[in-house]
Amino acid sequence: MASPSAKPRADQPILLHSKAMDNLAFIRDTMERSSVFTGVPGWGAAAMGVVALGFAAVAEPQTDPAAWLRVWLVAAAVGISIAVGAITLKLKRAPSSEGSLRKFGFGLAPPLAAGALLTGVLANAAQWHLISGVWLLLYGVGVMTAGAYSVRVVPIMGACFAILGVAAFFTPAAWSNGWLAAGFGALHIVFGTFIARRHGG
Amino acid sequence: MAAKSNLAKSAPAVPNKEGPTAEPGSQALQLDRLIHERTRLAIISALAGGGPQSFADLKRLLDVTDGNLSVHARKLEEAGYLECTKSFAGRVPRTEYALTKEGRKALERYLGHMEALIDAARQ
Repeated sequence: MASPSAKPRADQPILLHSKAMDNLAFIRDTMERSSVFTGVPGWGAAAMGVVALGFAAVAEPQTDPAAWLRVWLVAAAVGISIAVGAITLKLKRAPSSEGSLRKFGFGLAPPLAAGALLTGVLANAAQWHLISGVWLLLYGVGVMTAGAYSVRVVPIMGACFAILGVAAFFTPAAWSNGWLAAGFGALHIVFGTFIARRHGG
Repeated sequence: MAAKSNLAKSAPAVPNKEGPTAEPGSQALQLDRLIHERTRLAIISALAGGGPQSFADLKRLLDVTDGNLSVHARKLEEAGYLECTKSFAGRVPRTEYALTKEGRKALERYLGHMEALIDAARQ
């Protein structure tokens, strides 16, 4: 056994240094992965659901499809603002989750961007009845892929959105508002509350 | 392995929690070997980063077996680093682990240790 006064081998500081660096990287990586595990803001999602139900009630009586879409676009903007606020609060409580949340955001962003693009295309083509299905399906796929390494309930929530999206394609156009309310309203409330209670925040 | 033993020998003084398995007077006592072990370090880090977690979530996150997780979590619990709560979700038993204040302090001490080693190597 080496005594404190014993001269260290020439390679010892290098081994210690690299091992300590490796340990710190391991701790950081584990903390990041665990925080994305619970990093989805549950109460934020539930709040988005409540807001979506409110906007669904406003959108329901709209007879002009363009006006109906405008209501839902405002709802989407408000929902994104709530999500950003909830994530910011979550980051303040758990700064180590920043990297994981960034990865989650990067996973979710491409399907949302595709949804925004397709909304414009479908609106220009007056294919209003397809918009709800596209929104639900792409949001669901985004949550499934971005939440692949999260708690199991997150990709399950994404799958439920995707199923509603597929259902919306095969049902009458008059049901569009109902599908959006069921997805962005009810599913967010149910899963958000579950995530908040079971996994914190 | 050589690196691991060197790490233990050269670390600054920190109370050892695995007393019965360490030789009295050994330099290895200076490092908290209880959380130096990889799986236990992962458990402590996961709970520090993500808050309380169920046995099932922790097992999935760390990709370890039931037995492995149980054994290492029990050691940490016995040292006072973890709190284990057993309950039922309906008819399904649920085990949840949470980091104690002592556990968080132990992780902070360990992090300080690693940083000190890196600083020492740079000088």
